[in-house]
Order: sequence, then structure tokens, then C-alpha cells
Amino acid sequence: MQNLINLTDVLENNWSIVSDTDAVLPEGNILVPGDYWLENRDALKARGNVGLVLFGDADPLAFADDIASIEVVAVNFPAFADGRGYSIARLLRERLDYQGEIRAIGDVLIDQLNFMKRCGFSEFLLKDGLSGEKALDYFATFSDPYQLANDLPTPLFRRKA
Amino acid sequence: MYKYDSYDQKIVDERVSQFKDQTERYLAGDLTEEQFLPLRLQNGLYVQRYAPMLRVAVPYGLMSSIQVRKLAHIAREYDKGYAHISTRTNVQFNWPELKRVPDILKELASVQMHAIQTSGNCIRNTTTDQFAGVTPNELVDPRPYCEIIRQWSTFHPEFAFLPRKFKIAVNSHDTDDRAATLLHDIGIKIVRNEQGELGFAVYVGGGLGRTPIVASLVKPFLAEKDLLTYLDAVLRVYNLNGRRDNKYKARIKILVKALGVEAFAEKVDAEWQHLKDGPGTLTTEEIDRIKGHFTAPAYSELSKGNAELKQQLADNKAFSNWHNRNVSEHKVAGYSVVTLTLKKLGTPPGDITDTQLDKVADLADKYSFAEVRSTHEQNLVLADVEEGQLFSLWEEAKAAGFATPNLGLLTDMICCPGGDFCALANAKSIPVAEALQERFDNLDYLHDLGEIDLNISGCMNACGHHHIGHIGILGVDKKGQEFYQVSLGGDMGPDASIGKILGPSFARDEMPSVIEKVLTTYTDNRIEGERFVDTYRRVGHAVFKERAYAKSN
Repeated sequence: MQNLINLTDVLENNWSIVSDTDAVLPEGNILVPGDYWLENRDALKARGNVGLVLFGDADPLAFADDIASIEVVAVNFPAFADGRGYSIARLLRERLDYQGEIRAIGDVLIDQLNFMKRCGFSEFLLKDGLSGEKALDYFATFSDPYQLANDLPTPLFRRKA
Repeated sequence: MYKYDSYDQKIVDERVSQFKDQTERYLAGDLTEEQFLPLRLQNGLYVQRYAPMLRVAVPYGLMSSIQVRKLAHIAREYDKGYAHISTRTNVQFNWPELKRVPDILKELASVQMHAIQTSGNCIRNTTTDQFAGVTPNELVDPRPYCEIIRQWSTFHPEFAFLPRKFKIAVNSHDTDDRAATLLHDIGIKIVRNEQGELGFAVYVGGGLGRTPIVASLVKPFLAEKDLLTYLDAVLRVYNLNGRRDNKYKARIKILVKALGVEAFAEKVDAEWQHLKDGPGTLTTEEIDRIKGHFTAPAYSELSKGNAELKQQLADNKAFSNWHNRNVSEHKVAGYSVVTLTLKKLGTPPGDITDTQLDKVADLADKYSFAEVRSTHEQNLVLADVEEGQLFSLWEEAKAAGFATPNLGLLTDMICCPGGDFCALANAKSIPVAEALQERFDNLDYLHDLGEIDLNISGCMNACGHHHIGHIGILGVDKKGQEFYQVSLGGDMGPDASIGKILGPSFARDEMPSVIEKVLTTYTDNRIEGERFVDTYRRVGHAVFKERAYAKSN
């Protein structure tokens, strides 16, 4: 069982990931691969309740025109040691000013939650078997980090001043 | 040197708690081996052949005597009584127990030290000239910029899981490069532009390993205030575009090569346009605050050319030998820079005992304003010694075993821990170093040979920097047998070059005679005053190759 959390609570997961885009799309809230969105954007916009799944090689800037209307963007971590998702999330937030949910999916472990939060992730679909309640303790590992990031608009040297 | 404020201390303390929790979860079985691996690596903890190896960060090689005493204490209490100076100016312990590592980190934090990002695919310890701040003709002291980079890179949330490890070096000298700057993922050279403004020339994509490459200039002049936003842009381009399918092609040098330097530089510039002049821009106040930690110590007013020293040099040949090799010029009149060599016969290069560490701390207190530096050639430096005290320092250093007058000579080798300790190694490196130290222990001969960098790595990861040794030795595995490949002509300086492989590899017991043949080729061909590497460049590779492989009659 995979638990979904945001920065404060354990949530119910209302979005299903569509991996087979050749089949008929299921009902309800769905997350479709970014490539599929770009090819079928008009139809998907008309359907509504469609979010994105971005993989490591995705260019988030390709979604600039549509992003404001998208409720959830899932960013996939094929392995927790693959750090492309951190830059993707920051580009979504800081370059495209994306205000919706950015959900970390894939190999999402508790020791990376603090970094993910800092880069703009707001939801976390934890790897199978990890406790949502316990995971909530891991967002506050570092209370006053050096760098600016999505959670802190200025670096420590400006905050201290 | 940089002293932590309450913010710096809190970050290190929070790290100690974090790693304690991670270790406990691992030992309790809540974290798998695979999940724990990158966590412990980012804390400098490798699992080696016999025990974990803990690598402690020594930012840009600078330590206080208090910190050195703490390292001595750790070596004594948690290890087998010795530590090892690495080629990244860090300090390694080879025998700590995993469950005691959180306690070691706590001890380190109490003296403003840590093991953060000393390993793993993240931004590693920034290095610089070991003579920074004291060497003549330096543009400015590079260490404040190293500290600025240290803070920026520490737990940078976006760049903790890069395609591969990432190393930055800073140099501030026009003619000397003691930090092998151009062989780093990013090499930063401090420069002034035509208007006299201070800034940086940024080189990207240098490195050793399997594909040794000298870094390319991607930004001829970057203003001082733009340092961190530009680094963010370089790292972001690398994080998103660097190869992750093959760890041997994952360093930034491969990306720079694949895109071409110009295209890479354009990509970085395009990214940088969005970050430039943003809140990440350095402020004058912050630069001044950090610079304020690197002020000159309370030097006495002395004149150059101490008469007593002159007499001591004239009277004592051994002292004079040591002075020639191990003492360097200081920018302040009446002071000298002293290198304590850790390359004594019978000791693996870079190894130092707990007693010696304590002794170094004592010497630093007594002679050099309580500061010590570690060098990438695996030696230690006392940077501010009065000329009049050199003789008594030499006597004490000699008694403690670090005054072998071989700095820069053949036996001042760089050598990785190799197959005796390292799980990655293809071959042992320390026994080769020892065999060479034994064969070439005649100091007169060594002095006659002059400056030669001999570097030994136990595998392609090149921790012993074999590519940039004038003579490089690489351990290779040939059907389960340890063999050694020799390369010649590497150089780490401003004219950085990668050594050329001599030919088929040799068995370990052949190595001393092979090196001897190489050296005789040099002495037979050199012209007056020519260094080994200069003779090699002049007469060419073929001459050396022919001699090395010639059948003995």
C-alpha cells in the first residue's frame, strides 16, 4: 500500500496514473504522460480532470502554455538517486510560476523528503510500505539552510542580515 | 580561518541527529542496504574491504590545532591509532565501527567539523592552493570564495543526486597552480578584468578517472557577485542533461564534450539569464563578512634574511637540504611556509598516527598561529613560521618523522589507499610506493633527480592522480593478476597535461627497475637544469619507451 502525504497530512489519493495510453482512458482524475498530453492537449483539456506525469527526460518548459490550468503534475523518480526531478520541480515553480500540486512519485523515500519540499514538491506518494504518519516528521531536517530554494526566497546570508 | 556562527553550528548539529536516525533505522532493518548506501556515502562513509571508511571534510585543507587534536583523539578512540590524508585534502579513518560513526560525527561537530558530502554523487569539498594567503604574487586570498562555495553547496537541495560526483577547485595565482584546478569538474581562476574588477574565469569539464580531460574555458570573466548564480546554472544544466545510464560517462566532462564547449556554454548562459541578479546574487556585506574570517595573523615586524638562520644553513647540511626542499617563500618578510612531509620510508603516503597528529597540533601552536593545512599531495603545511624558528621546528619535526627532505622529489609520491584498503581497487598501490621508496632512498640521488611528481592509483578511478604525475602508475587487473601501467609526461600545473601510456603493463616486482630505466633515460638525456618532465617533452616519448622495454643484455 502506497501512502500519499502533503507537508502536513496523510491524504487520500484521488488521482490514478495512466500508463497505457493506447487503452480507453479511465474515468475520474487521471495523470497522463507529458508526451501524451502534448500530442492530445485539446482533447485532454476538453475532458478535464487531467494532470501530468513528467519523467526525467521531460522538458517542463514545453508545458508553459497549459500549465496554469493543470491541477496536479507528478514528477517521477525512477530511482531515488536520480536527481533530475529536483530541477524539474524548481523549473515548474520558479520559471513557469506553477501554483498547482507537484507530486513526487516513484522511488520516494523519507530521507529525500526535505530536499523535495525545498525544491517545490507539495505532495509525496511514498514508496510501497512506508508509513505516512512517520514520514511527516522528515520535512524539518534542516531548520535554516544556506541556499535559497522554492521554500525560501532568499539565501541564508540575506535572511541573517 | 572560518569560524562557525550559530547558523553554521545548527546545520552541522542537525546533520548529526539526521545521520544518527538513519544509522539506527539501517541497523534496525528499516532501511535496506541499497537505501542506506547513498545516505552513508553523502556522509563520507564507504564500506571498504575490512571495515567502513569514514572521510572527514577538511574544507580547502585548513584546520585549527584544536581540530587536529580532535582527529588524533578519534584515531585513538575509534580507530587503530592512525588517519590518512587524502588527495582531496580530507582526512580518512580506515577502521571505525558503523554503529559508532554517529558518535564520531558528534565529536567532530564539537570542533566545527563534519563529514558532509565527502562522498556520493554530490558537490564535494572545494579545494585550493595549500599556500593560499601566504604565497607571494597571489591575486587575492582564494579561501573566502571556497568558504562561500562550501556554504552554497552544503545540502543544496537540488544537487544532492547528480549523475556523478562533482569537484570544484579555486586558484588565485597566475603562474602557479598547486590545486590542479584545470582537472576539476569546475575550475575557478580568480582574475581581474581590464577595468581592474575582481572576478572569475570559469573552466568546466576537467577530470581524471577513465577519461582524463583538461577543463575548457566556458566563462572568461564572471563578476564576483555572480559566482553562486552561475554555479547554480552550470549544476542545473548538468543535473538535467548529464548521462545517468553509464557511470563511466556520467561526469560533466562527458556532457561538455558531447555538446561541444560553445553549445554547453550557451546552454549555461541561457539558464543563468533567469538566475542572474536574482536573490542568489552575492552581496558585498556577505563577501566582506566571509573575508573577515581570513585576516592575517598577528605577524611580528621582521626583516628578511635572518642572520642566525643563515649560519644554521651554512653549518648543517641536513637542515639546509630540508630548507631547500620543504620550506617555501612567504609573502611577509621574515616568515616561511613549511611543509611537513608524510612520505617517510616504511609508511604509506599520507598516513599519520594519533601521536603525530597531536605533535602537529603542538607544532602549530608553537610555531604557526595554531593552524595546519593539508595538501592534495598528502602532506601537511605550517604556513606562518618565523625564519628564526625554522631550525628548532626542523629538529622537532625530524624527531616526529615528518621532516624527510623530499618535498617535490621522486619519493614525495601521491598514492591512493589501493587494494590494501579500498574495495574498488584493481591492485595494491602502497607496496609499489614502498618498493620505490626503498629502491630510491639515497637522498643525494633524489636531489640530483630534482622535481618529479610520481603518482600511483590502484584503479581507473584515479584517486592517486596518476594521469597528472610526471610519472604515473596505474594498477590494472589482468586475469586476476595485479599489473601496473606506467604513463609519462602528465602535469598538474598551469600547463596541465595528461600523461601518455608507456606501453604494456608490468608485474609488481618489475616496477622499481622499470622506474629506474625511466630515470636513467632522463639523466642520460637531460641538459643542465632541466626537470624530468621538460626532458621528456624535449626528447619525446619514444626514447623513454625504447629504453623501458629494451631487453637487458
